[in-house]
Amino acid sequence: MNDAVTIDRAAASRVAAHPIATLPLSLTINGETRELKVEPWTTLLDLLREKLDLTGTKKGCDHGQCGACTVLIDGRRINSCLKLAVTLDGAEITTIEGLGQPGDLHPLQSAFIEHDAFQCGYCTPGQICSAQGLINEGHAKNRQDVREQMSGNLCRCGAYTNIADAVLDVLEKQA
Amino acid sequence: MIRFDYARPGDVAEAVRGGAGDHVAYLAGGTNLIDLMKENVARPLEVVDINRLPLAQITDREDGGLRLGALATNADTAYDERVQARYPLLASAILAGASPQLRNAATNGGNLNQRTRCYYFYDVDTPCNKRVPGQGCGAIVGVNRIHAILGASDQCIATHPSDMCVALAALDAQVQVTGPDGGRTIAFADYHRLPGDEPWRDNTLKQGELVTAIDLPAEDFSTNYTYLKLRDRLSYAFALVSVAVAMRLEGDRIADVRIALGGVAHKPWRRIEAEEAIKNERPSDTVFDTAARALLAGAVGQGDNSFKIGLAHKAIVRALAQAAAGTPQSQTDKRIR
Repeated sequence: MNDAVTIDRAAASRVAAHPIATLPLSLTINGETRELKVEPWTTLLDLLREKLDLTGTKKGCDHGQCGACTVLIDGRRINSCLKLAVTLDGAEITTIEGLGQPGDLHPLQSAFIEHDAFQCGYCTPGQICSAQGLINEGHAKNRQDVREQMSGNLCRCGAYTNIADAVLDVLEKQA
Repeated sequence: MIRFDYARPGDVAEAVRGGAGDHVAYLAGGTNLIDLMKENVARPLEVVDINRLPLAQITDREDGGLRLGALATNADTAYDERVQARYPLLASAILAGASPQLRNAATNGGNLNQRTRCYYFYDVDTPCNKRVPGQGCGAIVGVNRIHAILGASDQCIATHPSDMCVALAALDAQVQVTGPDGGRTIAFADYHRLPGDEPWRDNTLKQGELVTAIDLPAEDFSTNYTYLKLRDRLSYAFALVSVAVAMRLEGDRIADVRIALGGVAHKPWRRIEAEEAIKNERPSDTVFDTAARALLAGAVGQGDNSFKIGLAHKAIVRALAQAAAGTPQSQTDKRIR
């Protein structure tokens, strides 16, 4: 797009008059392969929360500014609010539900509890998926790196120092 | 978001055929386009998903340069060993921008084609000549802290938001595009444009043209360089002012230097005369001041953003000093030395 937002109402009406075509989509979500049908404008975030009842992934800003919707796509952390699900055919998605479960917590989940790294908890699933992505990437060596590389996840309760401690703890134990 | 048709071509020729019509948008990483569609700023009626095209590679070129595929992500580019070793200015600029999640999704082609973050462009309830030609500019008479001080017009004072592109401008990259009329190469300086009286045109792409790659020349600026980014918070914020410097010293003289600014204009801002003015000089604050004056000549503040003129001047002097000393700005330790 490199132009003004001209609105061709006739063309828009023609598109809107089509029956809504759902498109086939195959995703492996938390290890389970799912054959789905989605409208092309459905984001991965809305698919997870509204269609698949995986509400651990949170909708914060819905504009890629807060990181609450962070999930792992093929092992890489991505803002799920800015991905159309249909573009991800064949991908492996890991959400917070796939990282750990009650009674079988992921080391990051345990570390967040141990370090008191959340207050309201709304940003926490995104923080933990982002931290797992950070560990997968392998570019963080120290606390300063962790702080910089976790900067895509906002915490309005301001638990940042404890979040950095929790992530660094797991990073160092895995090193 | 309005309703649209969706296509997923498997090769470039098919994509370009699909992209030739009206109201078509190419979709790559989606980090800007999907956001614009949610805001009803972008309203494509057909989305051509180009993610399956074979354009994600980073490859060595015979002339010693490097070709960055348009669909290579910003993260894969910044952490590529060849980019880190041979083009650390580019790696540094990419890592100064956005967040890890966004860099994992955003592509190189998309970085070039992202649109301004001017709040009036984003808010469809306010006037914007970039969004709707002839509607007026909300920013000129409004809140304009983030806006342009150079090269603006009486119709638009928006800035280009990219960090990556500031480094690409300094490195004299070339943009490979293909479209309905075939392929062509666009010098980076000619890729983005100033607003003039057509502020809705961000760049010189023709309708339906698709960026396929960005070529980096072989020149070595891996020792004396820096990317200095100044912003309202230390991470995850757009530049108020940024400076990319690529320098080559011979003995104690500046043999070659490139200076590009971000956050101050509708495109990465370079002026060859500012660079020529300090070639063959010994690095010093006096010499750097000469370059800053030449680069910022004619800068105009709009009120809220007038501070950028003085800030840019100091940033240019500091960035040139960092580059000359071979002590590039760290994108982790944000302290400016």
